[in-house]
Amino acid sequence: MKLQVWTYEGPPHVGAMRVATAMKGLHYVLHAPQGDTYADLLFTMIERRNHRPPVTYTTFQARDLGSDTASLFKESCQDAYDRFKPEAMIVGASCTAELIQDDPGGLAESMDFPVPVIALELPSYQRKESWGAAETFYQIVRRLAVPQEKIAGPSCNILGGTALGFHNRDDVREIRSLLEEAGVRVNVVAPLDARPSDIARLAQADFNVMLYPETAELACRWLEKERGMPYTKVVPMGAGATRDFLSEVEQITGQMLELDDSRMRLPWWSRSVDSTYLTGKRVFIFGDASHAIAAARVARDEMGFEVVGLGCYNREFARDVRKAAKEYGVEPLITDDYLEVEDAIAAAAPELILGTQMERHIGKRLGIGCAVISAPFHVQDHPARYSPVMGFEGANVLFDTWVHPLVMGLEEHLLTMFREDFEFNEASGASHHGAKPTMRDLDAAPQADVAVMERPVEGAPAWAADGEKELKKIPFFVRGKARKNTELYAAERGITPITRETLYEAKAHYAR
Amino acid sequence: MNVQARPGCLDAPVLKQRGQREVFCGLTGIIWLHRKMQDAFFLVVGSRTCAHLLQSAAGVMIFAEPRFGTAIMEEVDLAGLADANEELDREVARLLARRPDIKQLFLVGSCPSEVIKLDLSRAAERLTTEHAPHVRVLSYSGSGIETTFTQGEDACLTSMVPVLPHTDEKQILMVGSLPDVVEDQLVGYLRDMGIPVGVLPSPRRDGAPGVGPNTHMLLAQPFLGETAGELAKRGAKHIAAPFPFGVEGTTAWLKAAADLFNVPQDVFDRVTGAARQRAEKAVAQVAEGLRGKSIFFFPDSQLEIPLARFLTRECGMTPLEIGTPYLHREHMDPELALIPAGPVISEGQDVDLQLDRCRAARPDLTVCGLGLANPLEAEGLSTKWAIELVFSPVHGYEQAADLAALFARPLKRKEAVKI
Repeated sequence: MKLQVWTYEGPPHVGAMRVATAMKGLHYVLHAPQGDTYADLLFTMIERRNHRPPVTYTTFQARDLGSDTASLFKESCQDAYDRFKPEAMIVGASCTAELIQDDPGGLAESMDFPVPVIALELPSYQRKESWGAAETFYQIVRRLAVPQEKIAGPSCNILGGTALGFHNRDDVREIRSLLEEAGVRVNVVAPLDARPSDIARLAQADFNVMLYPETAELACRWLEKERGMPYTKVVPMGAGATRDFLSEVEQITGQMLELDDSRMRLPWWSRSVDSTYLTGKRVFIFGDASHAIAAARVARDEMGFEVVGLGCYNREFARDVRKAAKEYGVEPLITDDYLEVEDAIAAAAPELILGTQMERHIGKRLGIGCAVISAPFHVQDHPARYSPVMGFEGANVLFDTWVHPLVMGLEEHLLTMFREDFEFNEASGASHHGAKPTMRDLDAAPQADVAVMERPVEGAPAWAADGEKELKKIPFFVRGKARKNTELYAAERGITPITRETLYEAKAHYAR
Repeated sequence: MNVQARPGCLDAPVLKQRGQREVFCGLTGIIWLHRKMQDAFFLVVGSRTCAHLLQSAAGVMIFAEPRFGTAIMEEVDLAGLADANEELDREVARLLARRPDIKQLFLVGSCPSEVIKLDLSRAAERLTTEHAPHVRVLSYSGSGIETTFTQGEDACLTSMVPVLPHTDEKQILMVGSLPDVVEDQLVGYLRDMGIPVGVLPSPRRDGAPGVGPNTHMLLAQPFLGETAGELAKRGAKHIAAPFPFGVEGTTAWLKAAADLFNVPQDVFDRVTGAARQRAEKAVAQVAEGLRGKSIFFFPDSQLEIPLARFLTRECGMTPLEIGTPYLHREHMDPELALIPAGPVISEGQDVDLQLDRCRAARPDLTVCGLGLANPLEAEGLSTKWAIELVFSPVHGYEQAADLAALFARPLKRKEAVKI
């Protein structure tokens, strides 16, 4: 047993729901107790879907357990088929139904529906949501993607987009338009908006674009092995990765792609002098493995940040994150415990966090700006506007999204730094409205500034009065760093108390 | 007695259907119960699904160091039950070490723990001995196979009844968790009339009310069937009354208690009069937007029948169907008697069939869960999502107009937004 308050991922059957809800003409019959229908509202509320997820639950209750839950499952299957007339059905059990061992697959097969019925084995006590999505998509592909004649010209499928995927709707549109502009025909996009009959056509294309490894890798591998279709490995997030992705497509198709990337503004925005202050900003990155790894590259190579932490919550892709972390010279953090993430962030003391909804709240608590780069996300990260994070436009979106919390952070610092200013504070009012500020009494004792970052660490060395006074003169947004460095310097050399001299010796020592 | 003469919906046939139920399980009750009981921690013994449910239902609350969590069972726990008990003891010890402020711990059963028959009541006894006297451990089930949404609170309060102290004092025991502001108002009226009042649940373990043969329980919530049964075993007597929704409900509810304690009418009027008049005026204003509109309730919380009574009688709405997950006849009869005959009363659910009825009826307003609300809006029906009715302060005089406003807002918005 493991005590958890916040989970990064739901159970695997929620992953199956993400595939079913992404598709059309597919129905999911889920053997599950009353109450499991809560998952519907993730789709109707966070994604604001205007229809119910295509899921029928058996919603068995305690009184059903004594009798025949198996026939309840069969009735539900029949009702669902009669009502929704799907092109294909997927059937499976949630965690509780897994324990009562009714074998949904066998039961549904025995009913001889005139459409394919795909049985799902999703071990709820071992696996989680994104694995559930990957496995479901793989099983659907395995069952339906029959051998096909190739269509004329270079062509591909775009695989991995699901319901409740982070910006999946717009990523798919962005990558699709890039490929089509470059002369590559997009045969099928799946599972997002695909029908079972579309899955049957997958093998018409030359190759697959694996847009989200978390949900598509199992299916891509199978299609490579069984249908001879290569697949792209680069996740096209950021300027460099998008270019690499396009050259990967060139290699696979053997054709030069002609694409005008001038609409990608990130490279110039990032070179413009306004962005100089971004240099070396310390950034902590956490999310699903693919988004985290892609974000690290953008952060270091395209924004000029320093990556001070990198991690993911999905163990299935831990190896990739470990490899990437090595490249950035940081300890990889593989955990699904947000308390560990919070500790790691506090220890790394970054200036910006790129993470999930949870890291946004950790950032709030620690007073550090944060941008969301990965699921799980809340309703505000499923925006109405066009907002991909992949491709050319995606790079633009990333630049804006990541810089905003920093610019706002700087504004906040300036406001706080000058809050003692005699004509620049809340009480003085605006001069154009005729307010007359009173000048500050310069002899009065200054008010103490207390910010989260500068709180002295317990057991930290003592400061002499002159050292403390000098420290207060340093603008407070770098004061925390100055205090930390000085204390480290003093501790290493056994200097106590810390004087004005120590402060400047440490400053000289750490000068870069 | 002539059965035909019984008033309102008392004799309405109840439509009972079984099929897919689109409802929360009882675990959801934890979200408001842990705010109410300040020294309690709710430890769900369940699966990742349970943790995910609480997270989804609790929304932003999950980020506020809540006093609840899920001990997620893993493959190894299912292999042998002895392990599960050891694992649970270890997790509890770790939790209590980290949160020394916890005085009561609830082990909350889930579908998986019930299906593998993990004996949480034995575990609670064992853990109580281990952590006495500092912490008291109780258990109840909030599983979906046994409880629907607010029944989780019923199960929780039921588990507390046997450990309440005994009292012989003649008193009112107000049962059901209410937002603090509402609780203070309702208890205030009773005390101002000179009636001694205890409240279950109390904010802290050491403030638990007594119960005994002279205790009269006044239910503040309509979903407390089991709790009332357990209290009756301790000698407490049930006061039949409508629930304190709206002016009429609140007055009848207070009056039932007042009559029991022979409070003179002039005292009753002095204590409640001003608030009653204020509320009547406020409700009348909001009700303008509701008058003549039809309403359809999907089952959710067991609040549906009292709310339909309020909306019918004080706001002039016409109920088409009143769905409830469970119909406790004895507690609900005073309400049904007040609702004019006409609406379909349904218990349980087959959600697809109920949706068919709803679409056919085209109500002006549909009260339903969040899994149905947006899909119905997309079909052109106006909806009021039901969970808010459980989370918001809606009982009593001062909240009566707010309650009406919760229903008026979606209709008002429909008129305001022109796209």
